[in-house]
This record gives sequence, C-alpha cells and structure tokens, in this order.
Amino acid sequence: MAAVSSDFKPKERVVGDPIEIPQIACGAMAESKPFVAKADHNEKLGFPGELVEDWHDKAIFRLGELLENNRALRVYLDSCVKCGACTDKCHYFMGTGDPKNMPVARQDLLRKVYRRHFTWAGKVVPWLVGAEDLTKEVLDDWYSYFHQCSQCRRCSVFCPYGIDTAEISMAARDIMDTIGVGQKYCNEIIGKVFNIGNNLGLPPKALKNTLEGLEEEIEEETGVPVKLPLDVQGADILLVTPSADFFASPHMEGLIGYAKVLHEAGVSWTLSTYASEAANFGMFVGSQENMQKVAQRIAKAARDLGVKRLVFGECGHAWRVAYSFLDTLAGPFDFLDPNYPVPQHICEFTNDLIEKGKLRFDRSKNDEFRLTFHDSCNVARASRMGDKPGGQFEIPRAILRATCNHFFDMAPETIHEKTLCCGGGGGLLTDELMDVRVKGAQPRMRALKEVADEHGVTHMAAICAICKAQFSKILPQYGFEMDGIVSVHQMVSNAILLTGSTQAEEFDAQHRPADATA
Amino acid sequence: MLTAIFAILFYLAAAILLVGLALRIRLYAKTPAPLKIPTTPAPITRGGVVLRMAREVTLFESLFKSNKWTWAFGWVFHVSLAVVLFRHLRYFLQPVPEIVAIMQPVGVLAGFSMVAGLLALWGRRLVVERVRYITGPSDHLMLALLVMIGISGLSMKFVAHTDIVAVKAFFLGLMYFDWKPLPSDINLLVHLSLVLTLMIVFPFSKLLHAPGVFFSPTRNQADDSRERRYAPRGLLKPQAKA
Ligand code: HEM
Ligand code: HEM
Ligand code: SF4
Ligand code: SF4
Repeated sequence: MAAVSSDFKPKERVVGDPIEIPQIACGAMAESKPFVAKADHNEKLGFPGELVEDWHDKAIFRLGELLENNRALRVYLDSCVKCGACTDKCHYFMGTGDPKNMPVARQDLLRKVYRRHFTWAGKVVPWLVGAEDLTKEVLDDWYSYFHQCSQCRRCSVFCPYGIDTAEISMAARDIMDTIGVGQKYCNEIIGKVFNIGNNLGLPPKALKNTLEGLEEEIEEETGVPVKLPLDVQGADILLVTPSADFFASPHMEGLIGYAKVLHEAGVSWTLSTYASEAANFGMFVGSQENMQKVAQRIAKAARDLGVKRLVFGECGHAWRVAYSFLDTLAGPFDFLDPNYPVPQHICEFTNDLIEKGKLRFDRSKNDEFRLTFHDSCNVARASRMGDKPGGQFEIPRAILRATCNHFFDMAPETIHEKTLCCGGGGGLLTDELMDVRVKGAQPRMRALKEVADEHGVTHMAAICAICKAQFSKILPQYGFEMDGIVSVHQMVSNAILLTGSTQAEEFDAQHRPADATA
Repeated sequence: MLTAIFAILFYLAAAILLVGLALRIRLYAKTPAPLKIPTTPAPITRGGVVLRMAREVTLFESLFKSNKWTWAFGWVFHVSLAVVLFRHLRYFLQPVPEIVAIMQPVGVLAGFSMVAGLLALWGRRLVVERVRYITGPSDHLMLALLVMIGISGLSMKFVAHTDIVAVKAFFLGLMYFDWKPLPSDINLLVHLSLVLTLMIVFPFSKLLHAPGVFFSPTRNQADDSRERRYAPRGLLKPQAKA
C-alpha cells in the first residue's frame, strides 16, 4: 500500500477554503499508479493478458474505432479552446497541485495523440498544435493520470462546451485495456461479477446467511419479523443494491433501512443472487461491452424472477448506469409495470411513502446525529430522481429532514451539481492509490470541517457505496471519527416506527395526548 | 494581377472554409452518441434543451458559473465579433439592409471592444499560471491573428482610409463572377490576407468549438432516459436473446 506522501499532512490541511486553488507542482503525482491487472483478469474480460507487441498501432486503431462510435469523444477532442475555465475545478488538482490533474491537461494527454494521428494540422505541423506521438512515456502518463480521474464530471459542469473529462478517461482506459494494460482493481472485480454475481465475490450461501442474520437482528431490535427475501419467484419488486450493503458498515445499516421501508410499505420484494450487485465497473474501465454484460445480468434476473418493478439501493455510479444506461444496454423493460419509474431509486420509493404519510418516524432517535449530506457525483451530475430536474438533490435531503432534527448543508459551491467527489470514485477505491485518494478528498473534508465547526455537524450521510467506503478510510486521516459517515437509509432505519414494533408502542405511550388518558 | 490573386485566394479560402466545415459537421452528426450523458440537472424536454443551448451560445452560461473574468473577456470578444461581422455585411449586400446601416456606429465601437476582449484573454493566458500551462503556440497565434485582423481593420477606419466603395465592388464582383479591381492600400491587403488565413485554418483548428458546442451530448441531450427509450446505433451489440 502506497503511503500518503509524507509532506501532505491531512490534519494540518483540513481548515481552509474547500475550493482553494493550489500552487502548481509539476510532476507531483507522476508516480501514482494502480497495480496492473494480471493476465487472467484481463483475459476474462476479453482483453489481451499483457502489453501486446504492436501496442502502438493497436492503440491508435482502437482510438479510431472509439472516435467513430462516440460523438462525445470526437467533439470534445476537437472543441477545447484552452479557455482554462476547468483548470481549478478538479478535486485531484486542488489536493495535489499536479497540473496534469487539471481537467484540460488530463484531456490533452489523449488529445495530443489524437491530433498527431487524426488531424491534418497534427500530421503537418505537430509542434504548433501540441500533437505528439504515443510513446512509452506517454502511455505511462496515461496509466498514471487517467487513474487519477474519478469520472466525477465536475469539470463538465463548468466547461462552456460541456466537455466531459470522464468520457476521455473512459476512452483512454478502454484503449489501455485493449492493448493489455488493464487496471487490477477494476478488472478483477468485473471478473468476480461474471463468476459469482457481485463485486465482493460473496457466494449465494454466504449471502443467504448474511440476510438471515440481519432478519434476526431486526426482529430482536423491533419485535417485527422484517424479511430480507432472496430469489423469491414472482415477487413484485427486485431490489438491486451494491454488494457492500451485505458486508460492511455503514452500508449494512442502509440495507436494514430499505428492508424496514419495504416491509412497512407492505410490498412483496426480493433480492437476487444472480444480480447481487448494483455496481457496474464496466463503466469505470470505459468498456461498453463489459458494462453491457454486467447490466444484462440485472435484466435477466428481473425476467427470471418475474418481478414487476426494479428498485436500486444506495450506490452512485450504479444509479447512473441504472437510470441513464440500463434501458439502452439491457432493455427494453416492457415486461415491468409501466405505472412505476423503471428503474426506481430506493430514495424515491421511501420519499413517496413519506409524502403520502405512510411512514412514521421518531426523529429524536437520531438526535445524536447532527447531519450534513454529501451529494455523490454520479447521482448529482449524471442522473435524476423524481420528476423534476434537481430531484436528486431534494429527495435525499427530504428524507433526512423527515428522519432527523438536525440537518445542515455544506457550502453552496461544494454541493448539488457543484459537489466534490469523495476522492475514491471511478475505480480508484484501492489501497495502492491511497495517496491520491486522501489528497483528492481534501476539498470535501474542508467543506465538512466548516459545518463541523459552525454547526457542530457530527455525521455526513451519503447514498453511494464508494463514497461510504472511501470516507470510512479518509475521515480519520483528517481528524474526524471513522463512523462519521452514514447511510441515508440508516437514518431512516433508526427513526422509523414500524407498525407493531416496540419502538412504535413506546412512542405512542409517550405521546398519548394528555386529555385522552383522563 | 493583385486583383486576380486575391480573387482566386478568396474563392479557394471560401471553398476550404465551407467544405471543411460541412464535412466536419457531417462527421459530428453521423457519429453516434451511444448513451445518454447529459450533465444533470438537465432539461427534461427537447424545448428545454433548445433553451439551454441558446443560453450557452448567447450568454456562455456554464462559463459564467466557472470564471467571471474569463466570461467577461470572452463574452465581450464574441459579442463584438458578431457585431463586427454583421456590420461587414454591407460589403456583400446591395442594397445594404436598413438594420445593417443602423448598426454602423455600434460596429465601430465593437471593433475596439473586440480587440480589447482579445487582449484581455491573451493577458490571462500570460499571467495566470494554470492557463499559461495549457497554452500552446497555436493558442497564441490564433489570438495574434484575430488581434491583427482587428487592428488592421481599425486602421482603415481611423488611420488611412481605404476606398470602401471599391472594396465592395470587388466583393460583389467576386460573388457575381464579374471581377472588379481591388484597391491596393497596404492595410486593406494585410486585413484581407489575415482574413484569408482565418478562413483557411477555421475547419482545422480549435475554432471548431463554434459548431462543436451544438453537438456536445452533455448539453444537447434531454434528461428523459426513463421516459423515452434511447436505443441509438452505436458500439453496443444488440442484446443477446435470453
Ligand atoms: C456559436 C458560436 C460560438 C460560441 C458559442 C463560442 C463560444 C466560445 C467560448 C465560450 C469561448 C471560451 C471563452 C473565451 O475564451 O472567450 C470561446 C473562445 C474562443 N472563441 Fe469562440 N465561440 C463561437 C464562435 C467563434 C468564432 C466564429 C470565432 C472566430 C472567429 C471564435 C473564436 C474564439 C477564440 C479565438 C477563442 C479563444 C480565446 C482565447 O484564446 O482565450 N469563436 N468561444
Ligand atoms: C472578406 C472579408 C472582409 C472584408 C472585405 C473586410 C473589410 C473591411 C474593411 C474595408 C474595413 C474598414 C471599414 C471602414 O473603414 O469603415 C474593415 C474593418 C474591420 N474589420 Fe474587416 N473585413 C473582412 C473580414 C473581417 C473579419 C473576418 C473580421 C474579424 C474577425 C474583421 C474585423 C474587422 C474589424 C474589427 C474592423 C474595424 C472596425 C469596423 O470597421 O467594423 N473583418 N474590414
Ligand atoms: S471528471 Fe472529475 S476527476 Fe475527472 S478530471 Fe473532471 S473533475 Fe477531475
Ligand atoms: S473549460 Fe472546456 S474548453 Fe475550457 S479549457 Fe477546459 S475543457 Fe477546454
């Protein structure tokens, strides 16, 4: 595991303007590189095991294919005017000062090769337009800096042409995979999904045991037999959730929250072993084929189980794939009930019930939490909830306000569409990238520190498995409590008054109107 | 001789500009957008998208969110450029439409603000470390080219007048294939040579941002993937039959 470089002291840096522009530090992060995938990891995904001999020509050929098949890539490589508007918008630049982490400079790593091989000017006068050959050094730079982009799209909000560096990073990673330079963390995980059905490699039996354990736990706590059904044929709802929800804190507390809400709603629902993963790392590696294969597992599970609705748990990029891509990749979903959104987010599901007055909460149960909310990039900038633009910001906050007494937003330039990545998204959530993860989290940590100091905020809620895992590791480094990160449905779980539960009885006993007892 | 050279060059440059742009636009239009990637929150209707795009193109909305100085300089430059070009219509249209005639005084002002905007943008490129880092030779040259076009144009207005009536006759002649002599003032020839250069580099340079912005999927797609099935031709193979 790569240590955080010693001159970066998170605890000393946690106070300050969250979006402070750093001094430029050339080459500061050139050594940051994830582990390279082993041959069998690559081959399982249809890529060559290791760097192929004619890698240069293969790479250029693949770039040509991508250009022909992706308008965004083509237009974005042509259109940048080097206005510089995006230069200070990337959290990895803010945290590291490495100029190649400025979005436009990151794009230029690919753009210079594009110009050299695909534009007239780059062929005739390369020195004039910054065109360069794809050398081994350039390839090394690609591997380093395209794995310092969490594909968070913050830069695309601010670019006058909406140039989305995530699209460029995905293309570059696809090209690298195509010539046999895969990234271990992502490719290994995609392989696990194909073999076992989820990122964690959790086999069906372990999954079943986990769910039974949770059922016992809930019944013990509430006295209500809330079920977490698995592979139930003919259930109404298939819930697809990131496998972290079966495994770790605070994810699991969120899963308990979904189960309680689904129980209280009185719907029949099920999880699936075959599609026991909402996450789709095919997107991170930019491989549409792998992304499609992972997505199709969900469609197959829905069909096989004969469900009528599809609901997704708390996961950022999974929600992007589900909301924006699933129908294109694995549709049509005409076999599902058209009276409900296809797919639906668990937050939409819960919020609907709250709005209809179907859920009761004892907010004081969450009084030990003074909360803020971290908008996850892929939810904020690549999807929607509800039927109005921006619902993805309002709905999770509405749930938190309904379940907690103390809620405070962070600074406006760090939330909603301007939200700052947790630092671990886009396939970077691996130990050997800890240095860039810690540095990339600096802007968010500073924003959190502001509300902690100003409003006594103790906890930050999120709806993304990657954000939760990243913050569990990063918070202590910046001097916060490790469990300062919570699931939104964890707050729901804490406060909900299930019909017939001991909590509901207690609450009603305390709140019985005085005159009613007389 | 001079007239013939410029006449041929203008035909050539016009052809390169128009054909080059047309090919590029066709390429953009033909290339599939395999997935829905609007940067959200995004409009959920086509009408909303048209409005968003209109705001981007006329107000530079995203740039405004990003950096007020760059926005101010860039916006002043582009609006001035539009006014200047509009004013130039008088060299190509006979009779001159009323609205072009009315714009003439504003047009002169715009010549100055265009150059001022460009110089400010250039200054930013030199002074701001981050922007300097991403600036290449072509970025300086493009600014130099436009500044020189502006200055040579202004010099005709304020330093050494050229025979505008003859200039107009030359260009109308070009358009109707009935060549008329071009005045040989040096500042006019400089102005026109630079304009020729601009026309020729346009389809091969970052000036492609002008057509490009309309084809940007993050801006021109509606956020309606749950409401309307999006199934374009693209990289994606048709789904294997389950
Ligand atoms: C649809 C039309 C156009 C739109 C929406 C547009 C928009 C923009 C925007 C937002 C910028 C970035 C901010 C800035 O640096 O000014 C820019 C830069 C630029 N535009 Fe345009 N533009 C358009 C047409 C043109 C045309 C026709 C030209 C040239 C003749 C042009 C020349 C430039 C140049 C040279 C820059 C870079 C300025 C610099 O170096 O800082 N633009 N444009
Ligand atoms: C074939 C195309 C063009 C012709 C024939 C032309 C001709 C002229 C002439 C004759 C003037 C002097 C106006 C006067 O004395 O009142 C002028 C001025 C000017 N031109 Fe051009 N020009 C052309 C293209 C352009 C382009 C593409 C630009 C900008 C990128 C430009 C920018 C200017 C400016 C800024 C001035 C000074 C302000 C003004 O008079 O409007 N010109 N041009
Ligand atoms: S997508 Fe996010 S991580 Fe990547 S360059 Fe843009 S701001 Fe940085
Ligand atoms: S904001 Fe867009 S156009 Fe400007 S430098 Fe960045 S990527 Fe290029």
